[in-house]
Amino acid sequence: MAFRDDVRRIRAIAWKDLTTERRSKAGFNSVVALGVTILVLFGFALGPDAQALRDAAAGAIWLSALFAGVLAFNRSYQVEIESGALDQLLQYPGSRWAIYVGKLIANALFVGLMLLIVVAVGIALFQVKIPTAWPSLIGVFALGAVGLVVLGTFYAAMASRSRAREVLLPLLLFPMLVPVLLAAISATKALLVGDIMHESGAWIKLLAAYDLIFLVATLWAFEYVIEV
Amino acid sequence: MTDDVHSVQVPRSGGWTTFGVVSIAALIATQVFAFISSPPDVNMGQLEKILYVHVPAAWVMFLCFAIVLVYSLRFLWKGREEDDLLAAAAAEVGAIFNGLTLLLGMIWGKPAWGVWWVWDARLTSTLVLFLVFVGYLALRAFVEDPQRRGQWSAAVGILGALNVPIVWESVTWWRTLHQMPSTMQDMAKIYWVGMFANFGAMVLVMVYFIRRRYEAAAIERAAEHAAQAAALGGDE
Repeated sequence: MAFRDDVRRIRAIAWKDLTTERRSKAGFNSVVALGVTILVLFGFALGPDAQALRDAAAGAIWLSALFAGVLAFNRSYQVEIESGALDQLLQYPGSRWAIYVGKLIANALFVGLMLLIVVAVGIALFQVKIPTAWPSLIGVFALGAVGLVVLGTFYAAMASRSRAREVLLPLLLFPMLVPVLLAAISATKALLVGDIMHESGAWIKLLAAYDLIFLVATLWAFEYVIEV
Repeated sequence: MTDDVHSVQVPRSGGWTTFGVVSIAALIATQVFAFISSPPDVNMGQLEKILYVHVPAAWVMFLCFAIVLVYSLRFLWKGREEDDLLAAAAAEVGAIFNGLTLLLGMIWGKPAWGVWWVWDARLTSTLVLFLVFVGYLALRAFVEDPQRRGQWSAAVGILGALNVPIVWESVTWWRTLHQMPSTMQDMAKIYWVGMFANFGAMVLVMVYFIRRRYEAAAIERAAEHAAQAAALGGDE
């Protein structure tokens, strides 16, 4: 019974965040535009040699997604803070982790959609040949995005309510995401060249383990972070 | 928001100045001992001497971050502000030793490897750890409310500590695809003696530093409490 209530709360929060986003659209459009712009800039830094671009594609795509994605996380709290709605939200009965999971789902959809566009543009701009193992590649992108969203949503709960939130979030988030980036970039790179060394499996396992560990840890710690 | 803030005990300096003098003297003594007792290494020559500061500094750094983890957990558990201040003091000292480890490693790396930096597992993980704790200290600097600062930085400290083995694992895998990580060679006993003696002395210095930073933070907090109480017209 209580569990069903939590599910309803989670759904309500996710729905509320997504509706706000859908009605304004400005946030999503500008974040995607920024992701694509960063991709183009990477192209200038690394190109125009086709082979060099292809070799760097995995790294460029992931970093563009990261730089654009980091803007999404603060936004997800900022709208509420500006209207004083977060304090009200915390006054409602029910467990706080439901708020976190709701925001997590909304952010996952937001970042997932953004990633989809950035990857598609990246494939075109960096002349990537789509490998036969593309389903695994989708798995890598999904796992990497989950890691990004879990820590991003968690750290934004603090950064968005502090002074200097623009600096603080990346400063806290990027070093923590080193394993995600290494694993996601390495697995993507390996899969793009046909995974000859069979190394992608280990990276995918690392990504899954990271996602699980930090999902549990942030679920536990969110209570302490949001209540003050 | 500040309802559960209780006043902080201002610690007494007591014999800590003597402790500080003794620990610095111990560090000088163990350094001199290590310099005299160890013969030049076959491959590295006198360059091995830097290990007596570099390696103990790295161990002390891990010790500091273990203290951050323990006291952060204790703060979230018991809510005593002293634990938060102690975790913060340990993080500051740990960041210093972390920076020292990196710097000394680079000074060693230049003559030994011919380059200031290699993307080896140890170096890279140490650098990432440094960045995590720079973030921790930045967070503390940007948040005023003590309860909020305590709980937030405890969460950041615990998650950061949790990330250390994962960063290590991922960087090792990333590197092994290109080159084996550097390993400690088998060392003669005399080098180990020098290293452990220096580690012991450096732990004393670390305790002294943490204590002093903790005292300063506690006094600051006590002054804030007093000002708050005076503003509210309380009799505290």
